[in-house]
Amino acid sequence: MITTTTATTQRPATGTLPQATAEPVWVRVLLTTVALFFLALFLAAPLYIVFSQALSDGFALYLAALTNPDALAAVRLTLLVALIVVPLNLAFGVAAAWAITKFEFLGKGVLLTLIDLPFAVSPVIAGLIFVLLFGAQGVLGPWLDEMDIKIIFAVPGIVLATLFITFPFVARELIPLMQEQGTEEEEAARVLGAGGWATFWRVTLPNIRWGLLYGLILCNARAMGEFGAVSVVSGKIRGLTNTMPLHVEILYNEYNLAAAFAVASLLTLLALVTLVIKSVVEWQGERQRAAALEMRAEEA
Amino acid sequence: MLARLRKPLRKPSVIPGFGLTLGFTVAYLSVLVLIPFAALGLKASGVGWSGFLDIVTDARVQAAFRVSFGCAFLAACINAVFGLLVTWVLVRYSFPGKRIIDALVDLPFALPTAVAGIALTTLYAQNGPIGGLVEPLGWRIAYTPLGITIALVFIGLPFVVRTVQPVLQDLEKEVEEASASLGANRWQTFSKVVLPTLFPPLLTGFALAFARAVGEYGSVVFISGNMPMKTEIVPLLIIGRLEQYDYAGATAIAVLMLLASFLLLFLVNMLQSWSQSRTRA
Repeated sequence: MITTTTATTQRPATGTLPQATAEPVWVRVLLTTVALFFLALFLAAPLYIVFSQALSDGFALYLAALTNPDALAAVRLTLLVALIVVPLNLAFGVAAAWAITKFEFLGKGVLLTLIDLPFAVSPVIAGLIFVLLFGAQGVLGPWLDEMDIKIIFAVPGIVLATLFITFPFVARELIPLMQEQGTEEEEAARVLGAGGWATFWRVTLPNIRWGLLYGLILCNARAMGEFGAVSVVSGKIRGLTNTMPLHVEILYNEYNLAAAFAVASLLTLLALVTLVIKSVVEWQGERQRAAALEMRAEEA
Repeated sequence: MLARLRKPLRKPSVIPGFGLTLGFTVAYLSVLVLIPFAALGLKASGVGWSGFLDIVTDARVQAAFRVSFGCAFLAACINAVFGLLVTWVLVRYSFPGKRIIDALVDLPFALPTAVAGIALTTLYAQNGPIGGLVEPLGWRIAYTPLGITIALVFIGLPFVVRTVQPVLQDLEKEVEEASASLGANRWQTFSKVVLPTLFPPLLTGFALAFARAVGEYGSVVFISGNMPMKTEIVPLLIIGRLEQYDYAGATAIAVLMLLASFLLLFLVNMLQSWSQSRTRA
C-alpha cells in the first residue's frame, strides 16, 4: 500500500515503468477525493448530525433528556435485554461452532443455512413470527392467556426477538476460525489425557479468544440497537417495554428532536466504541496469526 | 440396530461433546427458528391460496413491493460502484487517517438503524444541511424514493467493501506486472485483468446489500414519509396490517417477502460457490 507511492517517487528515471502497475498521480488523487467525499457524505455527516443535534439546546438540556425517567427506564431495559441475550447467544455460538467444525455429520449444510437465516429475513418478519406464535390471536395465544403468561408486548417477547436477530453473530465469527484451525490440537490434548472441558478451556479457547470477543461485541451492538423486530413485539409502553431505539422513535415522532438525538447519541457512542474494540481485536488477531506463522517458520 | 444406523451419519472422532453441542444447537434453533416459522406456516395455510392471491395482488401491496425492491436494487447498484471505488482507494493508496476511515466503513453494521434513520432524515429534509442545499434546485430527497435509496445505500455499503476487500488484498501484483509488460496500458490491465477477478466478490457483495436493503425497516421508516402507493415499503405494510389486527394480511405479505428473500439467499450461495470455484481454478 505504502510501497506503491514510494516506488513511484523513488524510480522516476525508469520513466514509464512505475506507471505500469500504478495509476498516474492525478487519477489517484481524483479517485481518493471522490471516495472520501462519498464516505464523508454517507458516514461522517450522519455522525456529525447526531451529536450536533443532541447538543443543539445546550449541555444542561442534553443531560436532562438523558436523566428523564422514561429515558432511564429505556436504558435499563436495553441493558437487561443485552445481559440476557448476549450470554445465551455466546453459549449457542460456541456450541454450534464446536459441533459444526469438530465433527463430520449428516445435515451440516442445513444447520449452516439455518444459522444464516436471520441475515436474510427482514427484522419485521422476525418480530411477526413471534407475534403469530405467542400473540393474543397466535397459535399458543389462548393457552398462554389461560396460564396468565405474557410474552408479546412484554419483556420476554423483546428478548426472543432480539435472540433471533443476534444468534448468528458469535457462531458466524467462530465457524471459519475453528475450521481453519482444524482438530489436531484437540485430538492431541485428548490423546495426552485431557478431559473434554480441559481441552476446550486450555486448547480451543486460547486459539479462538479474539474471534470470540469480536463476535460478542457485534452481538452486543446489534442486541442493544435492534429496532424493527423489537418494535413489532414490544407494544412500546413507556417505562415498561420501551428500549432505547424505540424511545428514540417516540421522541422523534413527538418532534422532540434534541431529546431524540440525545438518546441516539448514547447509541452512537456504543457503535463507535464497538468499532474501536473491533479494530483492536482485528489487530490482535493479525498479530497472533503472524506470531503463529513465525513460530511455524522457525520450527521448519 | 440404532448404533449401526448412526454410524454412517457421523464420522467417528476422539473429540468429545458431539451430543451435547449438537443437541443444544438443534434445541436452540428449534425454539427460535423452527417453531416460530411453523406458526407462520400454520397461519399462512389458514389464509388459503385464493385469500393469499387476493392480498398480494392488491394495488397498494404491489406498489410497496415495487418501492422496496426498486429502491433496494438502485441502492445496491450505487453501492457496487462506490463500494468498489472505496475498496480500491483503501487497499491501493495511502493517505492520512486511512486506518480510521477503514474502521468507519463498518459504522452501518454497528449503528442502530433507528439512529441512522433520524440522522439521515434530519440531513436530507428540506430544512436540513444537505436537503436545504438542493432545495433551491427544486430537488426533494427526504420523503421521496430518493430518500429511501439514500438510507439503503448507507445500510448496504459495508457488505460490498468487506466482500471485495480481502480479494483485492490477495490479488498478486505479478499478474498486473505481466499484463503491463505484455503492453497493456493501466486501464486495459484494470478492466481486463483486475476487474474480472473482482467481479465474483462484487456480485456477492451486491446481492448481500440488496437482500439486506429489501427487508430494511429502521433506517427507512423515518426518511420515507410512508405515503401509500408512493413511498410505503413492504416491512411497514406488514406492521400496518399487524396494528389493525389483520394477521392474515400480515402473514400473506410476509410469506411473499420470505420467498423473495430465500430466492436471494439461494442466489448468493450459488454466486459464492461459483466465485470460489473460479478463484481455485
